[in-house]
Amino acid sequence: MLDQQKDMFREEAAELLTELEESLLELEETPDDQELVAKVFRAMHTIKGSGAMFGFDEVAAFTHEVETVYDLVRGGTIQVTQDLINLSLAARDHIRGLLDPAADQGVDRAAGNALVEQFKALVPQSEPASAQDNGPGEEPSGGDGESWTYRIRVKLAENIVFSGTRPDSLIRELADLGTCRIVAQTDTVPLLEDYAPESLYIYWDVVLTTDRGSNAIRDVFIFVEDDVELKIDVIDGGDDGEGDVNYKRIGEILLDRGDITSAELDKILGENKPIGQKLIDSRNVDPGKIEVALHEQEMVRASRTQRQSQEAAATVRVPADRLDRLVDLVGEMVTIQSRMSQTAIGRDDADLISIAEEVERLTDELRDNTLSLRMLPIGTTFSKFKRLVRDLSQELGKEIELVTSGADTELDKTVIEKLNDPLVHLIRNSIDHGIEAPQIRAGAGKKRHGTIRLAAIHSGDSVIIEIADDGAGLNQERIRAKAVEKGIIGDQDNLSPQELYQLVFASGFSTAGKVTGVSGRGVGMDVVRRAIESLRGTITIDSNPGTGTTIRVQIPLTLAIIESLLVAIGKERYVLPLALVEECVELRRNDVYEAHGRNLVRVRDQLIPYLPLRRTFAVGGDQPAIEQVVITCFEGQHIGLVVDRVIGEHQTVIKPLGRIYRDAQGISGATILGDGGVALILDVPQLLAGAEENEDSDY
Amino acid sequence: MSEDSFNETNQYLTFKLDQEIFALSIAKVREVLDFTEITKVPKTPDFMRGVINVRGGVVPVMDLRVKFGMEPTPQTVNTCIIIVEIIIEGEKTILGALADQVEEVLDLDPDQIEPAPRVGTGLRTEFIKGMGKRDEQFIIILDIDRVFSSEELAAVAVEPAQE
Repeated sequence: MLDQQKDMFREEAAELLTELEESLLELEETPDDQELVAKVFRAMHTIKGSGAMFGFDEVAAFTHEVETVYDLVRGGTIQVTQDLINLSLAARDHIRGLLDPAADQGVDRAAGNALVEQFKALVPQSEPASAQDNGPGEEPSGGDGESWTYRIRVKLAENIVFSGTRPDSLIRELADLGTCRIVAQTDTVPLLEDYAPESLYIYWDVVLTTDRGSNAIRDVFIFVEDDVELKIDVIDGGDDGEGDVNYKRIGEILLDRGDITSAELDKILGENKPIGQKLIDSRNVDPGKIEVALHEQEMVRASRTQRQSQEAAATVRVPADRLDRLVDLVGEMVTIQSRMSQTAIGRDDADLISIAEEVERLTDELRDNTLSLRMLPIGTTFSKFKRLVRDLSQELGKEIELVTSGADTELDKTVIEKLNDPLVHLIRNSIDHGIEAPQIRAGAGKKRHGTIRLAAIHSGDSVIIEIADDGAGLNQERIRAKAVEKGIIGDQDNLSPQELYQLVFASGFSTAGKVTGVSGRGVGMDVVRRAIESLRGTITIDSNPGTGTTIRVQIPLTLAIIESLLVAIGKERYVLPLALVEECVELRRNDVYEAHGRNLVRVRDQLIPYLPLRRTFAVGGDQPAIEQVVITCFEGQHIGLVVDRVIGEHQTVIKPLGRIYRDAQGISGATILGDGGVALILDVPQLLAGAEENEDSDY
Repeated sequence: MSEDSFNETNQYLTFKLDQEIFALSIAKVREVLDFTEITKVPKTPDFMRGVINVRGGVVPVMDLRVKFGMEPTPQTVNTCIIIVEIIIEGEKTILGALADQVEEVLDLDPDQIEPAPRVGTGLRTEFIKGMGKRDEQFIIILDIDRVFSSEELAAVAVEPAQE
């Protein structure tokens, strides 16, 4: 199973769990609310179902127990009590723990088992056995991880479409339960003169292999219970038929299904064509019936074959550090390979070059595959925030739009997961404290609806995530008062607005006058800061009274590959992220003279400031007569970086410079070039900020 | 790595800085490389010579001579980079140290090592683990963890950038 799908499930499940938590808390207040019970049941049901589908068997098995209880609650057998809510919340947390890939080893299985026991104790002992369970072995009513094959006949009421039910979506839902073959049976369709266009005449024969149990099948039709004739038979499953892949013959199947009598069968068996064909030829059986019987035969075979080879197909879980090691090795490989290609070209040996090319192709593929093991686009998280913003703004009666950009920015999977909570908190903060209520906004002459901008961008060896709102901005006076009150700063301390803003990240600081359901969850900004710092990242906040607040989170990557531009100054080589590069222009001595020594270059109709990197970085050697200005753009600001030569595009494997060069200015990392040398990665945003500062101090 | 495990090894790698002989516990040394082109990281102090590629990893290289107040290490056929593994703030860090010449691996029993003299070496006392002797010549045994301790490196970070 693809990692991405698993992650999608994790995300979906996390969302469901959040929903579940809310429902449970509401249910605590209004225990008789049948709709809430149904909501809880549905959430559990979905987690169980998709969990099993994506290989989270433990989650599925555990959730099944909870679902069973809620099924009984729904039926009125069990009452909603304080205990049940507490237990359910504990179960929710447990499921969350099971889903957390980072805490894979640390899940308290004993606590899980204890919960299962408690849930089982709630189920009355005399639960009547399902009447349809007449198949081989002991068929489970819910999923137990074992795959069973069912023969299902779905006959919906003729007038079903009038109630707004779409038969196709029901059938599709059924198909989602497992591997499935569906044949629509048309033998009940009347002749045209009797045909009512809005009536449903066809019925479906489905052969389904699933590990979810017959209850899951029945649950698909839960909302049309009165309008459906459902016949479910177990045809294969459990230990039955082990070692024997072969299944019944077509004739036997049809006989089993009651589509043919044994007398008819015997008569036809005298002939020598395949039995299915003979049956069709003899017009004793409708071709559709044969088709489904053939499917049944095929699927049971497939299911039995699969069960025999199940161990081989299991997902392999790999510890993160082994993956890290692999990625490191591939990084080395990429470097060595480009060195080899260069050498091969230098030798002018056709054989060697062709080998080098082959190695290059393989290395590229190996690199992409290896990196993709760990990297995920951050967009998977972004989509989740859309919902958060919608729900919360509705709750608070605000009109807020979330605009995201850079969703395809890739980050290490574990980093994305750890970023989730801090980002949720920051967005909640923006919604709760940042964006004002519509009438206040209108009063201040702003648009009624506020905007939260969530952007991710690669910057050297880090990813910058920005959360910007166009709300009221931070209240400097309140921050100051609070900080003094909490003893974080002294009464007389003179702080710049910038320094004041950073105080909100100090421990024990919280300016929210009142605790709301949104931001009063006991997670302060200091917790956010610590979470970011644990990822070796930094967080800064900037604000303009009346126009909004911008929070910037910078997360370093342990390793990533970026498209970059390789440039040189003297003997030194530098790379800069291609994403930030707009264009390259020439800079002649004459241009410098014309600009009266100011560091400005005219690009078409625009004057763009530039930074003479040779001087900034104090690189020795002679300045060439014609230099190159690489025009970069970061956050709408343009700045030119003057270099001697532009070498070209380069696949950059980012290497962190390590703690020794942690504070190096204007440099965010290094990379190893094809010739084995080291090139430094320019930190464009920092260079830009540094240039601004210099400007301020110079004039 | 605990203090005890250092004491277990009595082997030291000796190397020359200018005319003086220094030594490092062999347990700290990962490998010795020939001199290679070093990429300078801008706006860093002189003793931080830059970074090199050590089998796909980027490793910082320090000029011990500059660190100890001598002239920068010139590049000769004997110039080496000693790759050491040190602990900074509890984290294992790989560093390169420039040496004019690497000499030999020497056995020194603990009783052959005298405590560092307070004056006379021209080096800060805390950088020296002890003094050994070979053929009437003193060997300064370095406490390399201290030389590159976080305070030493932090002192670097706040130094004003040079234009």
